[in-house]
Amino acid sequence: MTGLPEVHPNKAFGWAAIDTSGVLSPFKFSTRGTGEKDVAFKVLYCGICHSDLHMIKNDWGTSIYPLVPGHEVVGEVTEVGSKVQKFKVGDRVGVGCMVGSCHSCDNCTNNLENYCPKMIFTYGAKYYDGTVTYGGCSNTMVVDEHFVVGIPENLPLDAAAPLLCAGITVYSPLRFYGLDKPGLHVGVVGLGGLGHLAVKFAKAMGTKVTVISTSPSKQKEALENLGADSFLVSRVQDQLRAAIGTFDGIVTVSAQHPLLPLLGLLKSHGKLVVLGVPEKPLELPAFPLIQGRKLVGGSMIGGMKETQEMIDFAAEHGIKADTEVIAMDYVNAAMDRLLKGDVKYRFVIDTH
Amino acid sequence: MSKSAEGEKQQKAFGWAATDESGTLSPFHFSRRENGDEDVTLKILYCGVCHSDLHNLTNEWGFTSYPVVPGHEIVGVATKVGKNVTKFKAGDQVGVGVMVGSCKTCECCQQDLENYCSQMIFTYNSHNPDGTKNYGGYSDMIVVDQRYVLRFPDNLPLDAGAPLLCAGITVYSPMKYYGMTEAGKHLGVAGLGGLGHVAVKIAKAFGLKVTVISSSPQKESEAINRLGADSFLASSDPAKMKSAIGSMDYIIDTVSAVHPLFPLLSLLKVNGKLVTLGLPNKPLELPVFPLVSGRKLVGGSDFGGMKETQEMLDFCAKHNIAADIELIRIDEINTAMERLARSDVRYRFVIDVADSLSQ
Repeated sequence: MTGLPEVHPNKAFGWAAIDTSGVLSPFKFSTRGTGEKDVAFKVLYCGICHSDLHMIKNDWGTSIYPLVPGHEVVGEVTEVGSKVQKFKVGDRVGVGCMVGSCHSCDNCTNNLENYCPKMIFTYGAKYYDGTVTYGGCSNTMVVDEHFVVGIPENLPLDAAAPLLCAGITVYSPLRFYGLDKPGLHVGVVGLGGLGHLAVKFAKAMGTKVTVISTSPSKQKEALENLGADSFLVSRVQDQLRAAIGTFDGIVTVSAQHPLLPLLGLLKSHGKLVVLGVPEKPLELPAFPLIQGRKLVGGSMIGGMKETQEMIDFAAEHGIKADTEVIAMDYVNAAMDRLLKGDVKYRFVIDTH
Repeated sequence: MSKSAEGEKQQKAFGWAATDESGTLSPFHFSRRENGDEDVTLKILYCGVCHSDLHNLTNEWGFTSYPVVPGHEIVGVATKVGKNVTKFKAGDQVGVGVMVGSCKTCECCQQDLENYCSQMIFTYNSHNPDGTKNYGGYSDMIVVDQRYVLRFPDNLPLDAGAPLLCAGITVYSPMKYYGMTEAGKHLGVAGLGGLGHVAVKIAKAFGLKVTVISSSPQKESEAINRLGADSFLASSDPAKMKSAIGSMDYIIDTVSAVHPLFPLLSLLKVNGKLVTLGLPNKPLELPVFPLVSGRKLVGGSDFGGMKETQEMLDFCAKHNIAADIELIRIDEINTAMERLARSDVRYRFVIDVADSLSQ
């Protein structure tokens, strides 16, 4: 087992990647003492996000090894600092993609900590005290209260975990780009961790949802299990043609999908929301954008206020992720399967 | 001189047309419909030269139907109005912009967004439902349905006001739609040509801080001293571009050629909006990471509906906004087009039709 000198007072245990192979293995480290604004909790479940896959292999060039991934973390509070007001021991809590921000910039004051230039990621980043942050593939975490959300009783913890990244990542743009009004027609491109939750949230908001996919094999799932209203195979020209100009908005998670057909599917004033970042720039044809006053916009997770709002909305509407719960020692096999898209629709590690 | 073959139309008209992809214009006789019950007939006084005219003349977009008489920044005097016309009378100063028809019944038309109607009819290089062809404002007169005619404000100069009918509305409309009119916010205007220079003037009237972003450093003095921009950013200077990263709330991108969006997106703050107005014949490259990491958006906009175009004209009249023009004779049009292709104009050519168009 690898381990680090203990810079913090509390022993912790998790699984970490130690190099760009991305293979995870048992790892001993330490967590800080519970500061006056901190919430310490026992980690019960942690969702595996596609970003974890990128980070363990250093695809983005920013990884700090050893790297303990995991930013869809849920657990039970074990200790709270003296100034903590929102949580008490025993509470069910969650932590998403960030554990710190500057608290003073325009973004932070507008509940948009996720866009703060000094935002601190839950793992693989430098905390205020200079130490490295470790994520939820572990048994315990200590997080500033501001970056902790409460999980209502009626949301099962394992199915709630993926909401902390995947959930907020689709919820936030549905609200921001106004694709949350009953009666609107929303398309979802890409049926994976994010996509399947996009369908559920969009349905709960009262929109009509069409899943747009390159593969007809997902049709039954999309309609019967996820509750989509219709399914469009984007490779079938007749289907594509019949759907031209019928969508108010399309949310795409697919990292490399030509924009032109998607823009064509939009009504005038339609909005294309991109959530996946491809390696190369996409081609943006100006004519459809201009002739229909359409837009292409992005979004990245969400601020803490909105994340709590999303969790509460999910609890109210019974929205849960579709998960495959695994033991921690299955994590490497899970990462291999995730790379091939072989999961319906999120792996969640049972860390206890 | 070439003649039109449409003998079935009922009144003679005269203008200048291009007959092939060379785009060279020459005198051209054609005809227009007689003034109908809904129509207003204009004697054309001035017509602005828009970059779209150049794109159409040389068939750059691939859908030009020759012969083509361009011109969609038309200012004139009403000479005749149909019996159902209530808004105008003979003698009124009027304008016609980018469109002359739409279905009038769809959701877009009902919401004063005729410009987005799927059956919208362009002022030129278009066909009407009855199959007849439309010719633009490089001509002596035009007959237009009253719905698509604008009232030209008294205190706007006729010649310098003509470009507002396309350039003006093309920048005004997205500023309103995308919420780019909050006083004190910082707007970047990329490209200082026909659209760009009008965007600077309108933005200043909204109380915005304006930075002109241009690849021509020699335009700096003009931008600030003549047009009233607050600052100038030379896009070819990497150090200056770097120091301006994340400084703008919005950008209006008027550049008509293919150009990289990444440097412009970098200039935007989080939640920043970039509106792209140029229509190159190849796609732009869209880097997705800045959109995702900063919740930024890239949107388009296409001139404006009739109600908003009138609103824009009245706004410009109130704030004394007109284009900076170079008045030309019709027989100088081919030279003007060559200069326009090189962006050698400050900032719009306007044809003095009344004084120079003679058969």
